[in-house]
Amino acid sequence: MTSFAPSSAISPAHAAQHPQLAPLINIDVERIRNDFPVLHQTVNGHPLVYLDSGATSQNPISVMEAEQEYYEQRNAAVHRGAHTLAVEATEGFEAARDKVAAFVGAKTDEIVWTSNATEAINLLAYSFSNASLGLGGPAARRFSLGTGDEIVVTEMEHHANLIPWQQLAQRTGATLRFIPVFDDGSLDLLAAAAIVGQHTKLLAFTHGSNVTGTINPVAELVALARKVGALVVLDACQTVPHLPVDVKALDVDFAVFSGHKMLGPTGIGALYGRAELLADMPPFLTGGSMITTVDMHTAEFLAPPQRFEAGTQRISQAIALAAAVDYLSETGMDRVAAWEAQLGQRLVAGVAEISGVRLLGQGLGVERLGLAAVDVAGVHAHDVGQFLDDAGIAVRVGHHCAQPLHRRLGVTASTRASTYLYNTTDEVDLFLATLAEVAPFFGVKP
Amino acid sequence: MSDLQQLYQTIILEHAKARHGAVELTPLADAIAIGTASGLRVAESHQINTTCGDEVTLRVSLDTETVTDLVWTGEGCSISQASASILTDTLRGLSTTEARALLDNFREMLRSRGKIEPDEEILGDAAAFGGVSRYPARVKCAMLPWVAFEAALIDAESR
Repeated sequence: MTSFAPSSAISPAHAAQHPQLAPLINIDVERIRNDFPVLHQTVNGHPLVYLDSGATSQNPISVMEAEQEYYEQRNAAVHRGAHTLAVEATEGFEAARDKVAAFVGAKTDEIVWTSNATEAINLLAYSFSNASLGLGGPAARRFSLGTGDEIVVTEMEHHANLIPWQQLAQRTGATLRFIPVFDDGSLDLLAAAAIVGQHTKLLAFTHGSNVTGTINPVAELVALARKVGALVVLDACQTVPHLPVDVKALDVDFAVFSGHKMLGPTGIGALYGRAELLADMPPFLTGGSMITTVDMHTAEFLAPPQRFEAGTQRISQAIALAAAVDYLSETGMDRVAAWEAQLGQRLVAGVAEISGVRLLGQGLGVERLGLAAVDVAGVHAHDVGQFLDDAGIAVRVGHHCAQPLHRRLGVTASTRASTYLYNTTDEVDLFLATLAEVAPFFGVKP
Repeated sequence: MSDLQQLYQTIILEHAKARHGAVELTPLADAIAIGTASGLRVAESHQINTTCGDEVTLRVSLDTETVTDLVWTGEGCSISQASASILTDTLRGLSTTEARALLDNFREMLRSRGKIEPDEEILGDAAAFGGVSRYPARVKCAMLPWVAFEAALIDAESR
């Protein structure tokens, strides 16, 4: 039997080629771009400029090869069957869990596979909902919610970290409260201190905003929650792909992220949960592969993470995600973060130069993710996006699944350019130059 | 003319700004009561394009068989807003049969992916949306007020 791991750890040759401490420069990025076939095409007669990685990122060849290799050589159901392929598939699947866990500083059994971050948050919400109905017994009572209890979120949340909590509040009678943001999109921490109180059972917030690029002060928010014994859920969708993230150092109870935003395939995401919490949580989805013994009326459940992984799992996606994690680790998350910080500042500086274009969020010099959402006065975001697409530039337009935040910032929609490790400074400059042409084309005087 | 200029013809950009028929809508119940007093059937429909958040609320007034008035409110991209503006100019005063025929023609043209040349004789200014049919992602924007009209018309006829 051959042993199977998604791909090798950093090879000495590769490390020599990519010294971890040397900052990324455009030349390195050009080399990185060679690993992403999709970037090398023309769109509407122009070279593609892909600035929508905040929505979904592209895949390097190694990720696609890992998935293909799995299907060509190891495809089998995991955690069942004694045949060789089943064993190899299981090994690859669990090696992927090791790798992703290590990537975010978690222990292996603290990573639960989900379809995406949205499902991970729903897993929590429905587990807590079940606990509120008495499922999971006395151990699960700590997750139980009812009238008088409060769930606190922020005004900047993606709908995925808002609606599951709205629904949980409706099912349990708990109250949903939110921490407001200032006009610049940053969190009102004084208000947070007043809102998080003795009734707070749960504090859920995003690590980094997918609209304003704001990076929230996790330590301060966790401290507020700890003071009152509330659980902390961190939406790390926009940070795990772009910054070094260590869930233990951040000291959160739960964190969620999606594979497709971090060079991985769609259909895979992860929930991190502190081991002692996962151990006490009742399951959300139930069925095969998550039980020990079953009779016609009752079932005993496996320990985490299998307790939360009912049914045949996303095996090829997990293995491909591990290859994505390898790619990011080999490049170095510090370098990725530094490069994108540079692109983010370049975006913000450039936007400030264009009259009639308003940046949503904090301006130049403030730490931010490598993205910028803007409002072009007098031109709807959909039209801005169409104009950019005509020049081969792919951006996101609309409310980016954050309607309450857009409403708070006084717009219904915006245009977002979001970068990743494969974007160059030239691409950012081209985006900015094209953005400056939008208002004149639509006959809007700046 | 580039594809982009075909999409955003001058007449579309002008209507997106001029917004013919755009008003602050009075409460529907009031409009229905006032309409009933003068023998008109009034109904409205609110449509949202979930992809980008375009919104149009279109209100229709009918006498026995004529679309006597069309007013709307909404926000969104230039295509959806211009479409609402042109719709009110194009359909006001037509019989319900004529309006439906025009709507069908407009829809067929938009869904043709550029294969059907718009018939200016039939569509008038609405023919300017011919360029939209090459952009499948934008067909919904152009159709939004027309879908609202279709729904409001059925509702008004049932009153």
